[in-house]
Amino acid sequence: MTDVIDSVDAAPAAEREVLVRVEGLKKHFPIMKGVFRRQVGAVRAVDGVTFDIYKGETLGLVGESGSGKSTTGRVILQIEPVTEGSVRFQERELTEVKGNDLRSMRPRMQMIFQNPHASLNPRMTVASIIGEPLKEHSDLDADGRHARVEELLTIVGLDPSHANRYPHEFSGGQRQRIGVARAIALNPEFIVADEPIAALDVSIQAQVVNLMEQLQDELGLTYLFISHDLSMVRHIADRVAVMYLGHVVELADCDELYENPQHPYTKALNSAVPVPDPVVEANRKRVILEGDIPSPSNPPPGCVFSTRCPVVEDRCRVEVPEWRQTTAGHWVACHVVATKTQ
Amino acid sequence: MSGKEAVLEVSNLTTEFHTPDGVVYAVNGVDLSLRPGEFLAVVGESGSGKSVTMMSMLRLIPMPPGKIIDGQVDFEDQDLLRLDVEDLRSVRGGKIGFIFQDPMTSLNPVLTIGKQITESLELHTDLSDAEMKKRAEELLSLVGIPDAKQRLKNYPHELSGGMRQRVMIAIALACSPKVIIADEPTTALDVTIQAQIIEIVRDLREKLNTAVIWITHDLAVVAGLADRVVVMYGGRVVEQALVGDLYSRPQHPYTRGLLNSLPRLDQKGHELSAIEGQPPSLRSAPTGCSFAPRCQYAHDRCWTEIPPLAEIAFEHRSACWWDIDNERPRHD
Repeated sequence: MTDVIDSVDAAPAAEREVLVRVEGLKKHFPIMKGVFRRQVGAVRAVDGVTFDIYKGETLGLVGESGSGKSTTGRVILQIEPVTEGSVRFQERELTEVKGNDLRSMRPRMQMIFQNPHASLNPRMTVASIIGEPLKEHSDLDADGRHARVEELLTIVGLDPSHANRYPHEFSGGQRQRIGVARAIALNPEFIVADEPIAALDVSIQAQVVNLMEQLQDELGLTYLFISHDLSMVRHIADRVAVMYLGHVVELADCDELYENPQHPYTKALNSAVPVPDPVVEANRKRVILEGDIPSPSNPPPGCVFSTRCPVVEDRCRVEVPEWRQTTAGHWVACHVVATKTQ
Repeated sequence: MSGKEAVLEVSNLTTEFHTPDGVVYAVNGVDLSLRPGEFLAVVGESGSGKSVTMMSMLRLIPMPPGKIIDGQVDFEDQDLLRLDVEDLRSVRGGKIGFIFQDPMTSLNPVLTIGKQITESLELHTDLSDAEMKKRAEELLSLVGIPDAKQRLKNYPHELSGGMRQRVMIAIALACSPKVIIADEPTTALDVTIQAQIIEIVRDLREKLNTAVIWITHDLAVVAGLADRVVVMYGGRVVEQALVGDLYSRPQHPYTRGLLNSLPRLDQKGHELSAIEGQPPSLRSAPTGCSFAPRCQYAHDRCWTEIPPLAEIAFEHRSACWWDIDNERPRHD
């Protein structure tokens, strides 16, 4: 799936500056068994994904549970070591950077986690949570840090006088703002947001998304926005990558992906998402997929989607489809689409 | 309330939780009515009281700390809140079926699927063993599980999340209930699996004519399913309307705010207008409208008087002191 990568440069979109280039990225978790902990197999969580993230954009990464989207985000940031493949951050190969060198790069790339109840230490005050990265990575003294923490709290819309409170004194939405403040504390260039709104109530989700958009404008941030919520991704993303069982099956500009999806999985996914409008819902045609997502420890041969695909052909069950560009900037991995467009 | 022909009628339901940290005012006078064969969606965020309302109706909340302070739940000429426990058991799982959010925790892991379906048949019908087995098979095919006969011997862990939720639906349908209460039945599922379940529910509605109360936080999921929608906030019903009216002419500022804060898959890049502020604390009894602190239309009266759920148009009720269409206070 990775061999067509050289043609990326031919795409018109390539005039834009690439901040992160992911090539043939794999992450396999070993399955151990028995007294001697012998490896008997592997969960192929991410199994060869290739995409670019342009400077200043939001790349949406969507997929269902078990698709490998969160693992992709974690491996890009080197929170987990890669199994194979490369992640270039500007011109540095992150998979080869280790120890202190990697640590010195951390301020440039940060993460916002899904669950603001679990990702903030309950025994630390907000000031120490947000101040911790400053202590580790900046030369600010205690007063300087305090001033920066108050500034950050104001930026994310919290009351700076609450700096000495503990996470449990805040609501879910406010806690996620604290998580955002921590992520932007060191002026990063790149933020991986892993389901940042999934744990929040509907009326609060828009608050956090609006804040993230506002910060992107003001600070020139680049986001990898990982989510299962296709509607919210349509709202926030510039381009969208769709993952299924460890593979990116389609990647396109946001409107193109939603209005002209090519891969049968993207089509089914789009049609499965309900719209808050009874008139639209009454007239929608749904592609209902049979069955469930297969286990990533035993993925089907050929195309990973072949077991549920409504337009499956014989070769889909044997041959892995090529990752190819159908129109400028629109990438698909599907035999059936390939035949149609040739 | 609306219509004497309701199968289930809830009035002034009030539930509190008396915890060591103080009283939580979870449900504060809820009125609901469900008509035969109707699909009623109850929409609200966490803490809106939607689940506690449903649990209170069948007295399924833990008591203590829960306490049903007031109210009446009329079902087949009986008040479920005052029925003795034996009679109530014949209603639960018999005439009123339940589907819970997480099929993994609500199915018994050490019993086969077959056993769990026949369990409620044993309790509520006098079918013979062979008849029960046949009925269980029928039910599994009804909810779209292939090889029903084989599947009856499976344990819950051998099934996927979507299949388990189908089993839950089959159990709820086992005794041909008049009413099914489904509490966030698709929230734990992936979107393609959710679409499968919604398709089955749609299909079953045509076949069975059972009345359904579907509790959800997701206005999108019920848009294509519901006949009527009830919106809850701070333990009260703030708006109820026929599905078309609720989405096209929302009258309560909260409903309107919620709809404006939702991104839509079929529309590009419109501005999301978030509802500012936080959901209400339920630690004190409401003295005015719970939404007032977040409401752009709040005026003096909203802080001191709880607005009643008043009929403002045909089949359309809203609990608000502000007439949102005419931009003036509402006088009752």
